[in-house]
Amino acid sequence: MGDITEKLQQQVRKAFLERTPLRIQAGNSKHFLGNPAEGELLDVRPHSGIISHEPTELVLTARAGTPLSEVEEALAQQGQLLSFEPPHFGGEATIGGAIAAGLGGPRRPWGGAPRDLVLGVKLLNGEGQVLSFGGQVMKNVAGYDISRLMAGSLGVLGVILEVSLKVLPAPPKTRTLMLERTHADAAREMRELCRKPLPLSGLCYLDGRLYVRLAGSHASVNAWKKRLGGEEVAEHNTFWQRLRDHQLDFFQRNQTLWRVSVGGNTPRMSFEEESLLDWAGAQRWVYASAKPQDIRDEVAAKGGHAQAFRNANQVDVFQGMDPLLLGLHQRLKAHFDPHAIFNRQRLFPHD
Amino acid sequence: MVNENLEKLRMLLAGQFSQVVDNEFILTSEEELRPYECDGLSAYRHLPLIVVLPTDIAEVRAVMRICHRNKVPVIARGAGTGLSGGALPREDAVLLSLARLNQILEIDAANLVARVQPGVRNLAISEAAKPFGLYYAPDPSSQIACSIGGNVAENAGGVHCLKYGLTVNNLQALRVVTVDGELLEIGGSGLDSPGLDLLALMTGSEGMLGIVVEITVKLLPIPQRAQVAMAAFDSVETAGQAVADIIAEGILPAGLEMMDNPSLRAAEDFVHAGYPTDAAAILLCEVDGDNEEVSEEIARVRQRLLDSGASEVRTAADDAERARFWAGRKAAFPAVGRISPDYYCMDGTIPRKHLPRVLREIAAMSEKFQLRAANVFHAGDGNLHPLILYDGNKPGELERAEEFGGRILELCVEVGGTITGEHGVGLEKINQMCAQFPPEELSFFHAVKAAFDPETLLNPGKAIPTLNRCAEFGAMHVKAGDLRFPHLERF
Repeated sequence: MGDITEKLQQQVRKAFLERTPLRIQAGNSKHFLGNPAEGELLDVRPHSGIISHEPTELVLTARAGTPLSEVEEALAQQGQLLSFEPPHFGGEATIGGAIAAGLGGPRRPWGGAPRDLVLGVKLLNGEGQVLSFGGQVMKNVAGYDISRLMAGSLGVLGVILEVSLKVLPAPPKTRTLMLERTHADAAREMRELCRKPLPLSGLCYLDGRLYVRLAGSHASVNAWKKRLGGEEVAEHNTFWQRLRDHQLDFFQRNQTLWRVSVGGNTPRMSFEEESLLDWAGAQRWVYASAKPQDIRDEVAAKGGHAQAFRNANQVDVFQGMDPLLLGLHQRLKAHFDPHAIFNRQRLFPHD
Repeated sequence: MVNENLEKLRMLLAGQFSQVVDNEFILTSEEELRPYECDGLSAYRHLPLIVVLPTDIAEVRAVMRICHRNKVPVIARGAGTGLSGGALPREDAVLLSLARLNQILEIDAANLVARVQPGVRNLAISEAAKPFGLYYAPDPSSQIACSIGGNVAENAGGVHCLKYGLTVNNLQALRVVTVDGELLEIGGSGLDSPGLDLLALMTGSEGMLGIVVEITVKLLPIPQRAQVAMAAFDSVETAGQAVADIIAEGILPAGLEMMDNPSLRAAEDFVHAGYPTDAAAILLCEVDGDNEEVSEEIARVRQRLLDSGASEVRTAADDAERARFWAGRKAAFPAVGRISPDYYCMDGTIPRKHLPRVLREIAAMSEKFQLRAANVFHAGDGNLHPLILYDGNKPGELERAEEFGGRILELCVEVGGTITGEHGVGLEKINQMCAQFPPEELSFFHAVKAAFDPETLLNPGKAIPTLNRCAEFGAMHVKAGDLRFPHLERF
């Protein structure tokens, strides 16, 4: 618990000089994400602690190794939350890892992704310099948006030391309704609900059941509950938490789990034999027997991408990138991390 | 001699452009170039070398290839409403106007997105989406005129940012022409895309990294109802505290605006919004959502404002009164324009808790520089717009206004804020960048730029100052007296 910037900086400088790879890790709850990184462990977990939380400014700043649970508890005490609902995956997830992974939970279409809430970062670049970008204010357009670029970068650009986030008031009332539906009806109904001014914070379809989470003022949530009908889910927080953290039975298979990110209204694709629709259809968890390249071609034709999220088993984790875009990625990486010491291979398989 | 060379270059480019763009959209005479000499920051003016107005992506690519081949700098321009000189031309650079790429290509209501060309006006998107019950949330005050391409370049905000975010939070995909005329596809049909978040990097990059030629924006359902409360306060401090109290109450207003006495009086004289002209400050607090939510929240807002010391709280009785309350705020800049020959609009953001100190110091500076100031404040997100009143015809007043403005921005940095919340750095705030960022971070920005534009042909001289410029400006950040990278050229 504390500030170990100097220790981390020394390790990075040494790695820079010796050109040895480092594997950045905090809680290690998302070890399966991306390609396996190689290198010596750079343990960020002891770099921990909430530096400031000013509820009336809607800003929280914490060191990267701070456990997500600690952050969420501090926020909850003030009636606030992280609106992107980051997954914990049952482990000791940290705030730094949540930002570096860039994943949003079921609330993402309405609450944003980590990149939407990042206001500033302090980072260690590949030469061991400490740099600060962004800040602790809501609106800031001075300089390029490096802090948002760090969100979802899987550590390949630098080590996140500190992050400042916009935090939001927790809705006064949350309820979940369950409606029995066919896949086709649920897919259509989710999109219709998205177009109405509804206090939504979750739309998920699994095993013939459409789950609708309403979050807003008491009056509004209660009124919409009446209008939508269906059955109220008791202990509903458990359901959404198990969905967020992949603890539902659906996720317990030793088979490649595909994450398909696509326009929510995209019709059911040919390989979607067994799927769970989250984010009102914009994030689909799929087990498929089709060939990986066929899956990717079909998804690409719909403007989306497919990630082999778990149990990739020899399959490329990420959808291939246009050579022009890849070139830009490589040039950016070379500026942030000139000797390519950070998380080699994790985001780009061939660096 | 120099002019002769520029004239030759102009003719050369005009000839090459005419192979790819209709002649009537290649402007070369002084008379034709004059309308492009400035953007919304009219204190700075330069004639461009040549103006070219391509009509589609293929033409933009062809123009960029020509410029790249000839190593001529390119400055992209949308509607030209920017307030920081981001589209200010140079006599040696091509001005690339995207005004003719002005089509709404698709409203995809089921996917909640609209695909538009960069020259489409911000408000036109919401108008086109309205029949579907949808709208585009970011609403800069200039939304009737400003273009979405410019909004992307500046990461434009508006009065509803606290709840709905900035431009960057409301984009899904971009098509971008690179400096050498290639076409990049960034983002996709889903809510994310593989690799690094180049969408975030492009947004707010002020035309320094590429030319945005197509934009997919997110649409939201139009709220069933919006309601606004106006509260009057005897002091700016009490008003500032009321803002914090509303947030502490757990309410996230759709809009939360503050005006101080000089600005609210100017607005009242101009549009008769019904503001109490004896108040030291007023707050406008809008909540939106469905009927039930709005009824519940506006009652809480009203009570909170009274408990926080408002001398008067009025809730708009109907849509007409709501529109009137907002009309005063939206007309604040032109209203101030009526009481002063010129005004200079600043755009700092501060942590809200420092508002009383910052306003006190602005008042003190106003005395020192002998120039009046009026303050308009996006109170919810800490974005302050001090308007400095001056007369450009009086010798020395513009310079004093600029110095006053520069000091305000440095004060914003001192209290932990930033020199620009939503207007961009452009040319205007380039010196203050030196106060906000130390050399190693500025060098880093240059490296990012180099990844996209190694020969610095895109909008040169804007947004990110050279280290040399900062050294001359004298505000270079020097950490603990030790200058990093002493070996670096201060070019």
